[in-house]
Amino acid sequence: MTDLRIGGLVKCYDPPARVLDGLDLTVPAGLLAAVLGPSGCGKTTLLRVVAGFLRADAGTVELGGRVVCGPGVHLPPERRRVGIVPQEGALFPHLSVAANVAFGLTGTGRAERRRRTGEMLELVGLPGYGGRMPHELSGGQQQRVAVARALAPAPDLVLLDEPFNALDSALRAGVRADVRAALRATGATGLLVTHDQQEALSTADLVAVLRDGRVAQCGTPEEVYRRPVDLWVAGFVGDAVFLPATVEDGTAATPLGRIPLAGDRRGSGGVVVLRPEQLVLGPAGTRGTVVDVRFYGHDAMVHVAVDGLDEPVAVRVPGPAGVRPGEEAAVSVTGEATLHPR
Amino acid sequence: MPANRSSSPGAGRRPSPLLVGWACAAAALALLPLVYLGLRALEHGPAHAWRIAVTGRTLELLVRSLGLAVVVVAACLVIGVSLAWLTVRTALPGARTWSVLATLPLAVPSYVAAFAWISTEPGLAGFAGAALALTLVSYPYVYLPVAAALRGLDPAQEEAARSLGHGPLRTFRRVTLPQLRPAAAGGGLLVALYVLSDFGAVSIMRYETFTRAIFTAYRASFDRTPAAALGCVLVVMTVLLVWAEARTRGRAGHARTGGGSARRASSARLGRLRWAALGWCSAVAAAGVVFPLGTLGYWLTAGRSGAWEPGRLLETAGATLAVAAAGAALTTALALPVGILAARHRGRVAHLLEQAAYAGHAVPGITVALAMVFLAVRYAYPIYQEPPLLVLCYAVLFLPVAVAATRAAVLQSPPVLEDVARSLGDSPLRVLRRVTVPLAAPGIAAGAALTFVVCMKELPATLLLRPTGMDTLATRLWAETTTASYAAAAPYAAVLILIAAVPSYLLGRRRA
Repeated sequence: MTDLRIGGLVKCYDPPARVLDGLDLTVPAGLLAAVLGPSGCGKTTLLRVVAGFLRADAGTVELGGRVVCGPGVHLPPERRRVGIVPQEGALFPHLSVAANVAFGLTGTGRAERRRRTGEMLELVGLPGYGGRMPHELSGGQQQRVAVARALAPAPDLVLLDEPFNALDSALRAGVRADVRAALRATGATGLLVTHDQQEALSTADLVAVLRDGRVAQCGTPEEVYRRPVDLWVAGFVGDAVFLPATVEDGTAATPLGRIPLAGDRRGSGGVVVLRPEQLVLGPAGTRGTVVDVRFYGHDAMVHVAVDGLDEPVAVRVPGPAGVRPGEEAAVSVTGEATLHPR
Repeated sequence: MPANRSSSPGAGRRPSPLLVGWACAAAALALLPLVYLGLRALEHGPAHAWRIAVTGRTLELLVRSLGLAVVVVAACLVIGVSLAWLTVRTALPGARTWSVLATLPLAVPSYVAAFAWISTEPGLAGFAGAALALTLVSYPYVYLPVAAALRGLDPAQEEAARSLGHGPLRTFRRVTLPQLRPAAAGGGLLVALYVLSDFGAVSIMRYETFTRAIFTAYRASFDRTPAAALGCVLVVMTVLLVWAEARTRGRAGHARTGGGSARRASSARLGRLRWAALGWCSAVAAAGVVFPLGTLGYWLTAGRSGAWEPGRLLETAGATLAVAAAGAALTTALALPVGILAARHRGRVAHLLEQAAYAGHAVPGITVALAMVFLAVRYAYPIYQEPPLLVLCYAVLFLPVAVAATRAAVLQSPPVLEDVARSLGDSPLRVLRRVTVPLAAPGIAAGAALTFVVCMKELPATLLLRPTGMDTLATRLWAETTTASYAAAAPYAAVLILIAAVPSYLLGRRRA
């Protein structure tokens, strides 16, 4: 069990523009952290620096107290004990599934290699597939083999580089859950790079939101979603409703009424953030007009124009919406909001 | 955008020192003859070299060589572009067959074409014969890129032009032709390079150009400075051509805008012109492929009673196979690190090494051979006129062929595979052995086969460097043809084509 500590990591390609700009991140042993960010935020660079494919310009990377990257230290990738699961698996096309999984098992006897290979294939739900060639597998199976290959040498850390991107959405949830389970079973610490908010929130123990080469916020999925540190994070990790507010007696006065505030309440006014599922359509509440209804199957989003707001507010409604554009509706708020400076 | 660069292959990875050292050795070997040729020409001072190089004779050779190049390039452009358009964009009956026939002359060495024409019509000797033979073997250099460019054009652009009120001819002139220009120009420059470097056809046709004059000067006198000076002039000309060709290639960025794959264009109907088109294609195929093979067949049967020497033929074929195989092996071994570095590391060092390895592409075989002679006589006399020197010369000349093949083969597999292997505990050299080379092996083998074929067909360097008493099929063919013993030459040509056909056939099958 090994923890990952990243401190003050800096990487520039065209100085002085910094792709990683003093990035700090700690992942406790055995947990899976998702690094979530828009394209160009430095996610892939971070992953390649941790793996050892890129040299950092400053900062340190420690694995279980072992400095693998730091001032004057650059451990080559093959000596870091860091496994990677690339996009689309990247299985060696000239080797069988078993030979792919056994690739990193050097310095062990043949019998032990075979045992470990079988064990790993079982772990990812593909027992008996060892004799196949990569092109005979489906995309989801290839991705599972890639996970087995990365886990086989029992690495301290596994890096997953948008591993579920290439899978169609029907397969994705199943593969994601199995990979999660395989990681837990081996106790390896994991770092999952993704730009998909759903994936980060549903798969990881920790979510680190990256912006401009720094961690904007790191916390459990619930914390990041419910208590975003600023308006950008709030908008990036999920659908958000922004309301102008003034603070009175620890609650926020907004066009949708008074809303209790979570956490420390700084300042006298600003913008409060709510999630659409905190808004309820009902007989009571602030009156408004439905301007748009978007149906997603499991739920629907109803956009309601309310007096005193420039933009309509989004209300998530389970199942069919039951209202149509043009109809009158009342909006009320449940739960707490976070307050941010304007 | 920097973030995109981070995921690019090889970004920030340092190549293994062993690989770099090995590649440096290959690059140094490739550059050595060029550098030495220059030093040798300037040995008695620049004034001496200048006096020898800048004479009426040099000017005359310049005019003769460039004249031949201009005429051959013009003829190749006409044949290449017309055949490309007919086979790709019109409803020509049997278009696929015609497109295969149009590329076949690539397999005919220029001296075999020259042999075929002069043995049938001795009156062709001189400019006309040289131009004819060289045009018929080198027009595929125009045909292939232009046909590829036509195939790659997005028909939507032409449709847009038509919908904007342009007729078919105006569309061709304003939309299609400008996009073919880079391909045609690049092909034309390759043809010019081929003509300037050619020794076989011009010597058989007895048309004096730089290569023939260098050979004569080398044979005629013990003072090697004239040959070296002429060689330098020729190298300057070819380097200018290569530079021009690289420039047209660099600007040939006529890509489609927008994503998705292009549809196939609809074929133009030829109407009554169909017969004229078929006649033109048949005439080119007849002159370029059928006629040389037919002539060869004629001389083989005609010479039956005369100069058949099976023992000597067998011995020559064996010697050819041996030096060509050794040449291909050495070239492939030297090309391996350069090709891998070029594919995986885009730093300045890798780029320089690749450029150096391509030196042989710019320098005619005869000048490389000349430089090797100078070098060996002075510094390595024991291997002068011994097989190792010839094999080294092949490596210098054909390193570009093998480097290009290796580079393309390595690029076939994504670099992330090598990253994965590193993360699984393999050192850079182990990754080469376990992942990079096994994955690239088929492409590297194809490059080796191609190198084998070009080594076997090589003429001028082999003439200068072969061990005393040793002949290859090409040198025997050349020697018999220059003394008009056509029946005696035919068996060597036939065996040469047969052996060269085996790797060519295998390569073609692999591509299909």
